[in-house]
Amino acid sequence: MATLQLNQVTKSFDDTHVIKGVDLEVNDKEFVVFVGPSGCGKSTLLRMIAGLESATSGDIMIDGTRMNEVGPADRGLAMVFQSYALYPHMTVEDNMGFSLRLAGVDKEQRRDKVREAARILQLEPLLDRKPKALSGGQRQRVAIGRAIVRNPSIFLFDEPLSNLDAALRVQMRIELARLHEELDATMIYVTHDQIEAMTMADKIVVLQGGVVEQVGSPMELYHHPRNRFVAGFIGSPKMNFLPVEVVEADAEGVRVRLPGGGVTKVPVEGRDLRPGTALELGIRPEHLVLDDDQGPLSGDIQVLERLGGQTSLYVQMDDAMVTIMADGDVAHRVHDKVRFGFESGRAHLFDSDGLALPSLELHPLAGLRRQDNRAATDVNGA
Amino acid sequence: MTTAKTKTLAADGQAPAVPIPRTSTLSSARTRRLGLTVLGWAIACLIFFPIFWMVLTGFKTESAAIADPSLIFSPTLESYAEVQLRADYFKFALNSVVVAFGSTLAALLIAIPSAYSMAFLPTKRTKGTLLWMLSTKMLPPVGVLVPIYLLFRDVGLLDTRTGLTIVYTLMNLPIVVWMLYTFFKDLPKDILEAGRMDGASTLQEVVFLLLPLTLPGIASTGLLSVILSWNEAFWSLNLTSSNAAPLTAYIASFSSPEGLFWAKLSAASTMAIAPILVFGWLTQKQMVRGLTFGAVK
Repeated sequence: MATLQLNQVTKSFDDTHVIKGVDLEVNDKEFVVFVGPSGCGKSTLLRMIAGLESATSGDIMIDGTRMNEVGPADRGLAMVFQSYALYPHMTVEDNMGFSLRLAGVDKEQRRDKVREAARILQLEPLLDRKPKALSGGQRQRVAIGRAIVRNPSIFLFDEPLSNLDAALRVQMRIELARLHEELDATMIYVTHDQIEAMTMADKIVVLQGGVVEQVGSPMELYHHPRNRFVAGFIGSPKMNFLPVEVVEADAEGVRVRLPGGGVTKVPVEGRDLRPGTALELGIRPEHLVLDDDQGPLSGDIQVLERLGGQTSLYVQMDDAMVTIMADGDVAHRVHDKVRFGFESGRAHLFDSDGLALPSLELHPLAGLRRQDNRAATDVNGA
Repeated sequence: MTTAKTKTLAADGQAPAVPIPRTSTLSSARTRRLGLTVLGWAIACLIFFPIFWMVLTGFKTESAAIADPSLIFSPTLESYAEVQLRADYFKFALNSVVVAFGSTLAALLIAIPSAYSMAFLPTKRTKGTLLWMLSTKMLPPVGVLVPIYLLFRDVGLLDTRTGLTIVYTLMNLPIVVWMLYTFFKDLPKDILEAGRMDGASTLQEVVFLLLPLTLPGIASTGLLSVILSWNEAFWSLNLTSSNAAPLTAYIASFSSPEGLFWAKLSAASTMAIAPILVFGWLTQKQMVRGLTFGAVK
């Protein structure tokens, strides 16, 4: 059992408020990802949980016990640092066994535990090497191994993959997901990379300016972003935003006028909106469809990126630039004029404060967690 | 250049039969390097010359020492014998060793914790404190001579090794703290934090992580402190007379009111600097490594 609870946690350095009252609940065995742009306070929050940084106010509870005044080592956590922070003068084995040595565990037992962690991470042949003689990926694995050896109730990861090259990052991502399953531990992971967040998390916490913008499963954040910031941050390429105007609103949705004059009905809650209210319509690049006959939107292709399987079109409209993810073999060329549209159920509407109008229907996958994914695969396999 | 390239290519990577003429850029770089080497040696010789001359003079008789400078003379150990007759070299040398190493050890013991806290737990006043510490080195020592002398007299520290060790420790402390501070600052904070996550107490952090990782820096700081203490003359001349006098006082004792005896003075000086010279020579690799530690990553 390992749960974490944050109650109105704040952190200030003099007059700078880095964390402004965060409430959060992390359940047992959950993989939680803190994501946000740099400077949003995600690393500070993680360091506060670790005990490396004190909280200015609020409670940090681990398994129901207040831990604010407890030292880092006594919180039962282990942390993997972005820089790996291996002890350069010790061998891999000594690095991994350092915490046990400090705890006074005898040599035999220490050896067994280190070997066990090394087996999980396939580090056995490297145990006698110094960190200097390891590649980036191997160092990362040693850092994880050092955490495993401590047998912590919660693993903390501070941007562990950002020093690795792209290919290795994908590989380590998969390895971490596998590790989470094998260790069956609670993990908290900090990253600025929304792809890492989407692929690994059971629960994503989106932070901005020291405030939690939204907490939810990856699919929930993708399909039901609470505000414009989350909508723009989750998903790649970024969501497009178009200025629209309310034509009519009723219980079945809001009819809005698109740039170019077309009208579409978005199924969101907004019956109190008056005609003429200015809103913003958000639509993801992958939900825009090229439709040269009837597309209500149009523009000129400025840049065209062919990725093979997909093509990104950057289209200049009258007063906005939009990205369209189209099929890999679209025949269009740069400077072509294109017409395009979208399925109205895919669109989001944001009011002038940037808050999303709630959808009338919950997306079927919105509640899906990564573990559920796993179960589904098993069923399919059988 | 182009011709050379074509020729090499034509020979398919083999050394061409016709020697390639040296290009002008290459030879000018060589000339410059040669010039710099000559200049370096010249400066080194200039700096070393007085020491060389002193060693030479020590092996002359008094009359030869004041005669016209000459490299050709019949060497003698006469001066060394006389010097040893007048004062026991080994007593002074022992004082130097005890005081230099004792004060270095004490300075390191005080400076390591202070540099640790300044490097890893800085406050708003840390920078100011460091500068203030360094500023004390700018005060002429003679300015505090009288108060220190009176203090030492009252507590009975005059002419004791303990007294001199205390003064040297305080004298070197600012530099030792500064150097250790810069070495410690170069250590990634993450490593110590990882140690803290692993359950290390502050003492364990220092002993198991900080000290082994900054050992080259600590060693070179210690070496510098030993050398500075060894060469210090002002305090040793003023605070010691016979019991605790180190080698600097020993040299000074040979410049007497009756006149300067160059050969004896040189012999005494040679003996005084010999240990630290050998020590410096043996540890120079460590010194250079420590002083450039962190400069290249």
